[in-house]
Amino acid sequence: MNWEVVIGLETHAQLQTKSKIFSGAATAFGAEPNRQACAVDIALPGVLPVLNREAVVCAIKLGLAVGADIAPRSFFARKNYFYPDLPKGYQISQFEIPVVLGGTVPIRVSHGGTPIEKAVRLTRAHLEEDAGKSLHEDFHGKTGIDLNRAGTPLLEIVTEPDMCSSAEAVAYAKALHSLVTWIGICDGNMQEGSFRCDANVSVRRPGAPLGTRREIKNLNSFRFLQQAIDYEIGWQINEIEEGRKIGQATVLFDPDTGETRAMRSKEDAHDYRYFPDPDLLPLEITPVWIDEVKRGMPELPTAMQARFEAEFGLSAYDAAALTATRDTATYFEDCVTTAGKDNAKTCANWVMGELAARLNRDEMDTSASPVSAGQLAGMVRRIADGTLSSKLAKEVFEALWSGEAADADAIIESRGLKQMSDASAIEPIIDEVLAANPKSVEEFRAGKEKAFNALVGQIMKATKGKANPQQVNDLLRRKLTGA
Amino acid sequence: MSLNPEEVRRIVRLARLELSPEEAGRTRDQLNDILSFIEQLQAVDTTGVAPMAHAMDVVQRLRADAVTEPDRRDVFQAIAPETEAGLYLVPKVIE
Repeated sequence: MNWEVVIGLETHAQLQTKSKIFSGAATAFGAEPNRQACAVDIALPGVLPVLNREAVVCAIKLGLAVGADIAPRSFFARKNYFYPDLPKGYQISQFEIPVVLGGTVPIRVSHGGTPIEKAVRLTRAHLEEDAGKSLHEDFHGKTGIDLNRAGTPLLEIVTEPDMCSSAEAVAYAKALHSLVTWIGICDGNMQEGSFRCDANVSVRRPGAPLGTRREIKNLNSFRFLQQAIDYEIGWQINEIEEGRKIGQATVLFDPDTGETRAMRSKEDAHDYRYFPDPDLLPLEITPVWIDEVKRGMPELPTAMQARFEAEFGLSAYDAAALTATRDTATYFEDCVTTAGKDNAKTCANWVMGELAARLNRDEMDTSASPVSAGQLAGMVRRIADGTLSSKLAKEVFEALWSGEAADADAIIESRGLKQMSDASAIEPIIDEVLAANPKSVEEFRAGKEKAFNALVGQIMKATKGKANPQQVNDLLRRKLTGA
Repeated sequence: MSLNPEEVRRIVRLARLELSPEEAGRTRDQLNDILSFIEQLQAVDTTGVAPMAHAMDVVQRLRADAVTEPDRRDVFQAIAPETEAGLYLVPKVIE
């Protein structure tokens, strides 16, 4: 029987500010416990929150990047619950009117081999503070509380239930991750918890009303996101097919077993009794401020993708791959600027091919590439002017990667890698090879095209790969056929 | 609208309060007085009046993003009931 899957995601992006959202304590990762937790963060009596301007700027940037409405006036609310790592007894969040409303994130997924584009709608994004951390290791039967993270600014980005598979959910999470790092509001470090997702998953018969959803909490890698959703879908379908009902629940994913399991929850765990926080006044965002933020924003990935297609004649696929991260896009564009627009496709092939493969193998980011965009451009120019064959170029690339010399020209010079394009130098070698392989010549004349390729191979070998293969082809054919 | 004893028990539980039956009854009366006062307010026609989130007609002032708070852990932990390895210790919580 057919099942339809409905998924919505809530993502917490930790904002890249120096200080906390409501206090002047530092947000740097990895400090000793409670060294970055000030009186506001630990909720001593009499303290008051004061909103960090930069956190609001980050929210405006996201709003602009996803084409959302930015609320001219939004409000902070108290979300009440008791937990020791939330010393105030409430989290300051936004409820009725959040700072960002609506917007879309475009994703690209493959459905049965056909790539499709889809826009995932955002419901909202709101500013809030993070809680501290509870350490449940044994402190003589007690729990340890570290409040360094308490008060770290978060932007919670909520989608409509627009995704219908784990692949779509992962595509969305990756697109959003790329966007928040692109506009510089979040470092995107998933291991450190800077970007974490909650997935709301339900299943239904096609056309039926929405099923009851279960929320999988705190997924901090794309792989876990996929595994958790896939497991949850299978579990829900099985429950229903065996005649049981799905109960609304919050579940945790266990990466060791690959299973999701319900958290023990009390019936009123979700009664947060939101109300406007009297300590904070309405947040006003003027059109002038929005314009000012807009002027300071980089070109967005979708705009850059369209420009790469129009300006450099790249395919949509290439342009999308090159704008997957801002680092890659910047690297590619720097490369084209030096190599020339006519060589954009060659630059694209090297950035997406050899460079990406090497970076991937060494687990490096583009920004850390040992081969700079300028160095790659210099090599691409030597491919374009016929100095380097693609085979020789690979050798030059390896040499650049290992830091053998400062540029491609120096490597070509020192290793003697110049492609032979002088016919008078190649012809004697062809003659030698023909004389040494009479059998192949015989076979070719008898109509075996394979013999021709064997001869080309011999000639390339004799020139140590320096001959231009096309030229060798032409010269050889002329010699053999007398044409 | 008025609250029944069960609703009062739920509110008390959410607030982590422990009330004797007598206190719970008194609390219920007080809450119901507040609710009936709000009912009176709700009788006012507010068509065309924008909802108000704060009593003062001013907007939030913002701070520059700068680290201004030094580490004062030792001072804070001097008044904490129990600490270890820089952590505040609390009765065990298991989710």
